[in-house]
Amino acid sequence: MKSFKILVLLIIGCVMLNFIAACVQKTNRINTAGSTTILPIVQAAAEVYMQKNPKINISVRGGGTGIGIKSMINETIDIGNASRKINKRESDLIDKKNLIETAIARDAISIVIHKDNPIVELTLKQLKKIYSGDINNWRSVGGNDKKIIVISRDISSGSFEVFNEVVLDSTMVKNDAMKLSSNNAVATAVSYTPGAIGYIGLGYVRNELKVLKIDGVLPTCKTAMNNEYKLTRFLYMYTTDTPKKLAQDFIDFILSQEGQKIVEEQGYVRIKCFE
Amino acid sequence: MFKGITYTASLFTIIVLFGIIATLFSEGLPILKHVNIKDFLTSPNWHPTHFPADFGILSLIVGSLVVTAGALIIAIPLGLGSAIYISEIAGTRSKEIIKPIIELLAGIPSVVYGLFGMAFLSPFLIKVFGIPTGLNAFSASIVLGVMVVPIISSMSEDALSTVPRNLREASFALGATRWETIVQIVLPAARSGVVGSIMLGFGRAIGETMVVIMIAGGAAQIPKSIFQPVRPMTAAIASEMGETVIGSPHFHALFGIAIVLFFITFITNLITEFVFLKKRK
Repeated sequence: MKSFKILVLLIIGCVMLNFIAACVQKTNRINTAGSTTILPIVQAAAEVYMQKNPKINISVRGGGTGIGIKSMINETIDIGNASRKINKRESDLIDKKNLIETAIARDAISIVIHKDNPIVELTLKQLKKIYSGDINNWRSVGGNDKKIIVISRDISSGSFEVFNEVVLDSTMVKNDAMKLSSNNAVATAVSYTPGAIGYIGLGYVRNELKVLKIDGVLPTCKTAMNNEYKLTRFLYMYTTDTPKKLAQDFIDFILSQEGQKIVEEQGYVRIKCFE
Repeated sequence: MFKGITYTASLFTIIVLFGIIATLFSEGLPILKHVNIKDFLTSPNWHPTHFPADFGILSLIVGSLVVTAGALIIAIPLGLGSAIYISEIAGTRSKEIIKPIIELLAGIPSVVYGLFGMAFLSPFLIKVFGIPTGLNAFSASIVLGVMVVPIISSMSEDALSTVPRNLREASFALGATRWETIVQIVLPAARSGVVGSIMLGFGRAIGETMVVIMIAGGAAQIPKSIFQPVRPMTAAIASEMGETVIGSPHFHALFGIAIVLFFITFITNLITEFVFLKKRK
């Protein structure tokens, strides 16, 4: 019978733990969810912000841009993170309330190849053909006779989504493209694979890699700023038109010089160039 | 009192197991609403986030099997060889040194193996074989093979050392050489243990996730050679699950893959059990 007592005790313990957790939740809390592309920025910013304001608790969840915007509309969260602009279908769901859209960072997807590869630039069209499998040899784009090893980000990555949208339009990435799970994995693989091509965030570019011009433009802070570089996009945070003061504070923090530094540390491009 | 505690513990384990199986099926079966079972298992096109999506996992299954088979081809001779050496040939002293060293291999976390494969093995293979990419089924097989060696080695060694001494002595007395004794007397006598160790190694290799995410290359294709990248089932589940929307077809498809994986390991375990039972009879 004693085992039964222990079981009961355990259950009571669990219930009490839940109760305590629920109490904590009522204190100063900001809930955010949405795009996983922005997740690293929000997580890093939340850590610094919570260190500065120990009483405030920020919950950061992913789920994808669609989920972020939907939960925002249902007011289950305070800030919805989005790696694209809200679309018509979603904005129709909001009748009275207006959304406030704040761009918090830019993302410039850089195309990188092995440093011994003589190619210096590609057009967007050539890039599309390489990733969809129409071009398989570097010779076809003016390089050496070498098979192209196509490296893509993994299916669930936000960069993969944007790359597919901007570069591939609606064609599929070819089946034998390698799919690696992080920016760093792509950078490392490209650095030692002579025939490789891959795409990474601007923050991950390093000396062992060669960055390609796309349609004649090299990705830099400046070309991302003035939209000359084609593979650029904004990352957004959405709130209702009457955001919680706390939520507004947190967004202001990300937009501050310190917050924008975090943006850069996470491999993205800041909204304003301070240089 | 003691009986009660141990009883609760074992009951708890069983409940957890059934809980996992129930979740697996309740979350995985709904994928059949979006794609019929034949397409799910036999189509090689895996484009879960494309619109319209393709949910064919054949290339993932093939990826897992290729990598696992490669790992076993490497691990069986190495593992069995070292087991025979330790149990039958080595003196007490070298046995005491070699055995723990091989078992040390089992203690290395898989992410460390993955790093080794990514940073060292893969560039090395490009240089040596001149292959276009170092992240492929071949390099994943090598690393998995090394990971499986200690399992096969230590379990087979246990099985070999339980073979009664008088069997060996009888064989020597009949004039058999040491080699003949090992191959024709000791190995057959320890057969079930050896097969069990290989099955366990199989389970370890097919279930390994981190290493294949890092080194197998991740391309969802049916490879034309072992030097092409593949996407084993575990890699697909682990790298895609974190970012799917709960309840979406993609989410159910990943659970569907888990069911397939579960069946493969379940059947292997059944075979292993069967082999052991047969021996006891």
